[in-house]
Amino acid sequence: MHAGAESASVAAAGTPRLSLGDVTKHYGKVVANDAVSFDVMPGEIVALLGENGAGKTTLMKIAYGITQADRGTIAVDGAVVGIDSPRRARAAGIAMVFQQFALFEAATVLENIALGLPRAPMRNIESRVMELAARYGLPVDPMKRVHDLSMGERQRVEIVRGLLSQPRVLILDEPTSVLTPNAVDRLFLTLQQLAFDGTSIVFISHKLHEIRRLATRCVVMRAGRVVADVDPRVQTESALARLMLGADTPDLASHTAPPGEVMFQVRNLSVGTDDGSALEDVTFDVRSGEIVGIAGVSGNGQTALMASLAGETRVRSDAVRLSGEPIGNLDTAQRRALGLRYIPEQRLGHGAVAELSLEENALLTDASAQSGLLMHRALGLAGAARAVERFGVRASSLAQKAETLSGGNLQKFIVGREVLQAPRILLVHQPTWGVDAGSAAAIRNELIALRAAGCGVVVVSEELDELYQLADRLFVMANGRLSPPRKPHQISSAEMGVWMGGEWPAASDHSAVMRVT
Amino acid sequence: MDALASLIAITLNAGTPLLLAAIGIVINERSGVVNLGTEGMMLVGAVVAFAVTLASGQYWIGFIAGAIAGALMASLFAALAVGLMTNQFATGLALALFGAGVATFIGIGVQGETLPARAADGVPVLRDLALFGPALFAHHWMFYASLALAGAAAWFLFATRGGLILRAVGESPESAYALGYPVRLIRWAALAFGGACAGLAGAYLSTIYTPLWSEGIVAGRGWIALALVTFATWRPGRVVLGAFLFGGVTMMQFYLQGAGVEIPAQWLAMTPYLATIVVLVLISRDPRWIRLNMPAALGRSFNPHGLP
Amino acid sequence: MRWSLTPRDRASPIWIWLSPFVAIALTLAAGCALFAAMGTAPIQGLMVFIVEPLASVRGWSELALKATPLVLCACGLAVCFRTNVWNIGAEGQLIVGAIVGGGVALLATPDTSRIWFVLVLLASAVGGALWASITAWLRDRFNANEILVSLMLVYVAQQLISWVVQGPWRDPAGYGFPQSEMFAAAARVPTLVEGTRLTLGSALAVVAAAALWLLFARTVIGFQLKVIGLAPLAARYAGFTNRRALWFAMLVSGALAGLAGGLEVAGPIGQLTSSISPGYGFAAIIVAFVGRLHPVGIVLASLVMALFYIGGELAQSRLGLPSALTGVYQGLLLFFLLACDTLVAHRVQFRQGAPA
Repeated sequence: MHAGAESASVAAAGTPRLSLGDVTKHYGKVVANDAVSFDVMPGEIVALLGENGAGKTTLMKIAYGITQADRGTIAVDGAVVGIDSPRRARAAGIAMVFQQFALFEAATVLENIALGLPRAPMRNIESRVMELAARYGLPVDPMKRVHDLSMGERQRVEIVRGLLSQPRVLILDEPTSVLTPNAVDRLFLTLQQLAFDGTSIVFISHKLHEIRRLATRCVVMRAGRVVADVDPRVQTESALARLMLGADTPDLASHTAPPGEVMFQVRNLSVGTDDGSALEDVTFDVRSGEIVGIAGVSGNGQTALMASLAGETRVRSDAVRLSGEPIGNLDTAQRRALGLRYIPEQRLGHGAVAELSLEENALLTDASAQSGLLMHRALGLAGAARAVERFGVRASSLAQKAETLSGGNLQKFIVGREVLQAPRILLVHQPTWGVDAGSAAAIRNELIALRAAGCGVVVVSEELDELYQLADRLFVMANGRLSPPRKPHQISSAEMGVWMGGEWPAASDHSAVMRVT
Repeated sequence: MDALASLIAITLNAGTPLLLAAIGIVINERSGVVNLGTEGMMLVGAVVAFAVTLASGQYWIGFIAGAIAGALMASLFAALAVGLMTNQFATGLALALFGAGVATFIGIGVQGETLPARAADGVPVLRDLALFGPALFAHHWMFYASLALAGAAAWFLFATRGGLILRAVGESPESAYALGYPVRLIRWAALAFGGACAGLAGAYLSTIYTPLWSEGIVAGRGWIALALVTFATWRPGRVVLGAFLFGGVTMMQFYLQGAGVEIPAQWLAMTPYLATIVVLVLISRDPRWIRLNMPAALGRSFNPHGLP
Repeated sequence: MRWSLTPRDRASPIWIWLSPFVAIALTLAAGCALFAAMGTAPIQGLMVFIVEPLASVRGWSELALKATPLVLCACGLAVCFRTNVWNIGAEGQLIVGAIVGGGVALLATPDTSRIWFVLVLLASAVGGALWASITAWLRDRFNANEILVSLMLVYVAQQLISWVVQGPWRDPAGYGFPQSEMFAAAARVPTLVEGTRLTLGSALAVVAAAALWLLFARTVIGFQLKVIGLAPLAARYAGFTNRRALWFAMLVSGALAGLAGGLEVAGPIGQLTSSISPGYGFAAIIVAFVGRLHPVGIVLASLVMALFYIGGELAQSRLGLPSALTGVYQGLLLFFLLACDTLVAHRVQFRQGAPA
């Protein structure tokens, strides 16, 4: 919108609405922010770009008072302020919408919003909410309880609450990670309107195409430092990616061999869970030597799906078959014995035990080491050593605890542990979340190597790019249902985006699944 | 009919300390903190109230002293569990053990003493009515105060902004903090209130219920009160029902003894504890139901400097 | 200067070791303050409380004797707590173990074989395990909270022993006191060191501590218990069942507590009375925490807690101070330990003046 751009350039000559000067923050030995300076002008939309761990969220948490910097200053409209808690930040006119929403599940929308407005009397709030909702196109139902709302609705409540305090600076942390493309469009319109009305907006993201759509300025952070301050509209996506990563993304090995026999069959899998994210009639096949990718926004049943396939949740025995044998009612250890292995989404606390050593973690999924009365510790030592060596895990000793490894290294260790057991089917949930680019490439190459060796792989991921690179066939999961399959070249990422909202053409029959080879 | 009236009367009497302690627990658990030290706080409240009543000759001063003692013990717990983020369960156990030790220690000075006589309990005129008089209107003022307290707690929790904030802190302290609320201060206040209630409950036991001090005067009521709150799904109204139900069970043993039932006294004395186990089993069978009603952040430590 | 507690990336190895010692030092310091407040010179108080019990062989044997039930119970509790099973009812399991063991002991006559005591001890272990199995079953089958159930069962057990020694098993020649007959010699636990009251029980306590180490360091079940306690999601991922862990932990700790009860009544006490334990089952909880749920720590912490028991008794007879001080010190020790433990998981950070 031109109006927004004009007001931004007019304001550029004046004082910044928010100014962070020379902010430094250490977490132990890790430097999260290194002498970072960052300004936002009134009415400007600034994107803060960087991969996981670059320091962008830490910087904004400092601005909002949840964390305090070791050194540096914060100034609002030119005046230095001491922000040591969210209360002070809000008093200074700064509001933040979080990636994990700060909402109270058991309370109504109105109560949630009222909690965000400590000084306002309860009776006025409802009318103010409806007025603001109408003005910015953010429909909310005041009487509904938050736990009944969808992700998009919840975010609208968060935004309405943030806006009602009439902030001068609105910070949004990865706001589109849980939104369907439709909701993203509505959000961007709202933000542009807000900027036009004079609010400064800081938009944290790692999604390049969104940043180019929305922001007039992009500050790129890498390893705790600001490395660039550009106009994203004139940069290409690969230029931005190079700024963000510091190098070109390494190429992945290509693949040619056709897949083999059907090895893994899921038929009419339906599961109901406590929090409502159920699975409805999920059906698909996996062949040996193929990678099946399942895309989708988190929270649409992926966790329930993985738990059912891996054996953490037991289901109808013939809902899941391995080489024709029904295994739906077997537990994880029993399925492991048949060659089905699983890498969960959460590393510490699920895939590995933080307080145990790498040796002991190597034994976690090793049934042969746990036969009999005493543990076969030698096997653990050998297994850990193999995983570390083969996968280039940077660890100083095998006796060190899992929690001392970086995210990428621990993920490589876990992948190595499972892969070295030569599975016939491997289930992977978010293989490269929170992992540095080098480790991510190594992990993806391992999955490709597994495929070449004849293993069938199921990858559930939020990263469309990753799935396009890896998968032979793509599915989308939305609201607990699975879409029909497509080959990567048969569907554009834009159309995938639409499918992720739950709208896909009905598959006529399941034989259509078979024919797509 | 007289028997019925006296049965009602002693049931309400027996339920009063449970009600007092449980209301305090409702408030502090609604803020998301589990304080298992109720037994210890009740013991300290009991001995302090006894000693102060003895020294001052006034029962109401004893009650105040008991409440303050309980609040102080709870503040000790808060310093550790909220201030230093220690494990809430272990710290609560420590408080229970420490409180028992401190109470025994203080109690040495007042062992064997008797309290001064007090004016007749209850509401004048009403207490002399036939039938309902002795059953409902002849109680010590603390009984009526405990009902009022329960009513006030219900009103506070569900009809005031303060109660909304408290419940929000118990749901998600991180979110409440992100909205600018002083989570730790709120939790400390809730804990202090819970401690004061436990102190009042102990004071009632040692000055009104059986006016004497002994180490065994609380006899597990603190733990029963904790179970009671879960049973009542953290609602003051249900707590009132539950407290008097338990009061009835406690009294059943005396009723049965009086009725000449040939069961040894010790077996009858087991009834309140066995009843608590039965209740725990009944309410725990469906874990989903508890989870739906429980303050979501119950038992979790909150560190403003360690938010993810 | 403002300070805050920020979480560490990983637990501080120094503080894991240092924290119990600092806690003990702080408790002693608080003890001195208490002595002074009650009109006793702190040094004199410390001498009686700490030094005098350790000054003779007989003193050490009494210490070991008092520490024995603490070590046994705490080893069982360590298995429970490391698995996240909060068994708070060890006192009840100890009492029921004593009742069952005592019952078997009362069957002995002067003509019974000398090894009858083995049967007594086995029976007491079984008794404790059975009492614990009630809690295990209610948690397994009905999901009932084990803290409250095991605690309620303590009160039930106390009533049970009171009934037993005042009713069916009361000593007819006992002038109506609530106690049973003295056990026959065949049922008594043999003494370990002549001239002291130290029994075989203390050797069993050491064996229990060693077995605890072996369990978690080398066995499969120990590994599974560890994982279940540290990371329940990882345990489910690995295929470990909570049910097996719950029953194993409860039965083992019930058996050990029951054994401790049997050793007390068939050892130094020699009969069943209405109060056979000054709260050993609860003190063992403190021992388990202060001892870091580790066998070596448990043995050392048991000795410290035993010292508090004996010191309290001595302080009463020597200095006229109430023996109830013991309970106060034990509670303080746990509080200080919990406070010091904060530094294991958090570090203190200071900030100059007004924050950025």
